[in-house]
Amino acid sequence: MELTGAQILLECLKREGVDVLFGFPGGAVIDIYDELPNHPLKHVLVRHEQGAIHAADGYARATGKAGVCLVTSGPGATNTVTGIATAYMDSIPVVIFTGQVPTPLIGNDAFQEVDIVGITRPCTKHNYLVKDVRDLAMTIRRAFYLARSGRPGPVLVDLPKDVQQAVTEFVYPNDEQIRMRSYNPTVKPNKRQLKKVVDLVRQAEKPVIYAGGGVISAEASEDLTWLAKRLNIPVTATLMGLGCFPADDPLWLGMLGMHGTYAANRAIQDSDLIMAVGARFDDRVTGKIAEFAPKAKLVHVDIDPTSIQKNVTVDVPIVAECGQALKGLRELVEKEGESLNNDEARIGWAKQTVDWELEHPLRYAPAKAGEPIKPQFVVEKIYELTKGEAIITTEVGQNQMWAAQFYGFTKPRTFITSGGLGTMGYGFPAAIGAQMAFPDKLVIDVAGDGSIQMNIQELATAVCHNLPVKIVILNNGYLGMVRQWQELFYERNYCATCMDAQPDFVRLAESYGAAGYRVEREEDVEVVLKEAFAVDKPAIVDVRVSKEENVYPMVPAGKSLTEMLLV
Amino acid sequence: MEARRHVLSVTVENEPGVLSRVAGLFSGRGFNIESLNVGPTLEKGVSQMTITTTGDDFIIEQIVKQLRKLVMTIKVKDLTEVKSVEREMVLIKVNAEDSRRAEILRIVDIFRCKVVDVSQEELTIEVTGDQGKIKAIINMLQRFGIKDIARTGTVAMKRSMQD
Repeated sequence: MELTGAQILLECLKREGVDVLFGFPGGAVIDIYDELPNHPLKHVLVRHEQGAIHAADGYARATGKAGVCLVTSGPGATNTVTGIATAYMDSIPVVIFTGQVPTPLIGNDAFQEVDIVGITRPCTKHNYLVKDVRDLAMTIRRAFYLARSGRPGPVLVDLPKDVQQAVTEFVYPNDEQIRMRSYNPTVKPNKRQLKKVVDLVRQAEKPVIYAGGGVISAEASEDLTWLAKRLNIPVTATLMGLGCFPADDPLWLGMLGMHGTYAANRAIQDSDLIMAVGARFDDRVTGKIAEFAPKAKLVHVDIDPTSIQKNVTVDVPIVAECGQALKGLRELVEKEGESLNNDEARIGWAKQTVDWELEHPLRYAPAKAGEPIKPQFVVEKIYELTKGEAIITTEVGQNQMWAAQFYGFTKPRTFITSGGLGTMGYGFPAAIGAQMAFPDKLVIDVAGDGSIQMNIQELATAVCHNLPVKIVILNNGYLGMVRQWQELFYERNYCATCMDAQPDFVRLAESYGAAGYRVEREEDVEVVLKEAFAVDKPAIVDVRVSKEENVYPMVPAGKSLTEMLLV
Repeated sequence: MEARRHVLSVTVENEPGVLSRVAGLFSGRGFNIESLNVGPTLEKGVSQMTITTTGDDFIIEQIVKQLRKLVMTIKVKDLTEVKSVEREMVLIKVNAEDSRRAEILRIVDIFRCKVVDVSQEELTIEVTGDQGKIKAIINMLQRFGIKDIARTGTVAMKRSMQD
């Protein structure tokens, strides 16, 4: 069957199981758009290419499938770079197709030409420029294979216009053909190493599991939860790992790190064994590295060998997919019988962590009568109203930390946030992606007034595609997290963090055809949220919150986890 | 931990951009490249890179792992850990007025180098050897006035006989 490059692309997408494409057309991809109506793919027309890549990323995080976006050459391609870096830092499988000027013009500074393969080399798992239509199908197959396998990540395929137009015999490569001898991620754990872990667990009196996003991407939550409960080991997680262990379980310590709970950080610092699974010892987690977990032996499970021994010295490294490693551990533990968890010291340890939770729970000073609404109260209300069943996305900053702290995530893939890169403007387009994947679920973007303005234009996308995403703006009139740092560490020099000129978010929402609400009193929060969640279209809820509320606990950057500022 | 010079031998798929990917990995992560040499291997479509770099064990471990992580990398060997042969070729253009020419030619002889170009004022010398030899001859020729120098960077290979 002879097909054009554009037809081959769409045919390959179909066979890869892609059902949604987030994109924005342009001259260099017009041939693909010309073919699009002949295919069953849903296309979501965004209003800015950054929206397309974040939406594809949100779709991927919500479903576990690869997200796909299609943009034109030059500015279309460069507009995706922030989103590509976001997906790269958080290991999210996304395949990005960019248009490119015709091959004879490449390198001539042609109209809308940019070396996007060069630009994105440091922030993609891999990327390709397809110069011959005969290589196209193989390249697309490999792009999806690379994006999904091993440590997942974004893969970019640059498609010159003449390659899209050229015709060739279409042969869809099989699984064997796409394998590369230079790419063989280690998926299975070393059994001897697993046995060492079991031995360490047997000896440990104060073990802690420290879980990260790798547990979620490997669909390994169930095994992790089983092991923690069976072995009676308290669990903490990174921002990316939230939802991998139920927050309503007594063994749950809360998030660790800079804005982690007192109990989690104390437990880490006091523990004698840390089992890190699918986490990478980010500086936001470890605090001052030299003083991180001084008494603990470290086990580190990660599919990416470069993550192991990068920041901390590990006693038992296990290079493997988290799911496989946890399954392997589970089998060993099942064989061991009762000998692993009935030690008195361990029971005392679990009790100790609960005492720490009671001693310093996550808390805030509730608003007194007439005082502005507390942002934490709003997040708690969202949790209460949704019973933890919603998909929560966030922007970046205080809103993100409050969502992480005060919404009890009990299931994986229900918390979607930009962890590694900290991308403001991420949450709303990501919510669009998640809502495309799950039209019947409640999807809520917990936003700040600063972040939401970075991709607010996607309201048109949400309205146009009838995606009832809810945006709850915790509006404090500041770039809150920077303001918090200025307050605590820069003598209240609030330079350039006050957002004094703001749009009327209610009228802004309405002008796009969405619903808009404003809340100024605590007693109205519940009613308005209920109404916004019930309305069958996108909605903005502009909640005016206390202006100088801070996120606590806080470990100042570069300090050790024991040096927490509490409320 | 002490920083040491390491010679890495990296086998890669010869795809477009592979050199810039490797070089970018070093610059992007703040690793040091002393020299980087690429050439084809016997196998079609596969290239061999020899990279010399300095770092302590921790950094070298990261470099090796990061190189292995690149999708196009087939194999990474740290030749510092095994017995290996190292060679670099250097072209040195040196001042050679008549009165000193004989002396220079004696040095060329002692070092078993080759004169590859000659004029009334200059000699161009081709020298091949390991780091020590290259350093020594540059040292010896410096006093005559080196006018230009071109170096290939190190190529290296594991020795056949290992204990």
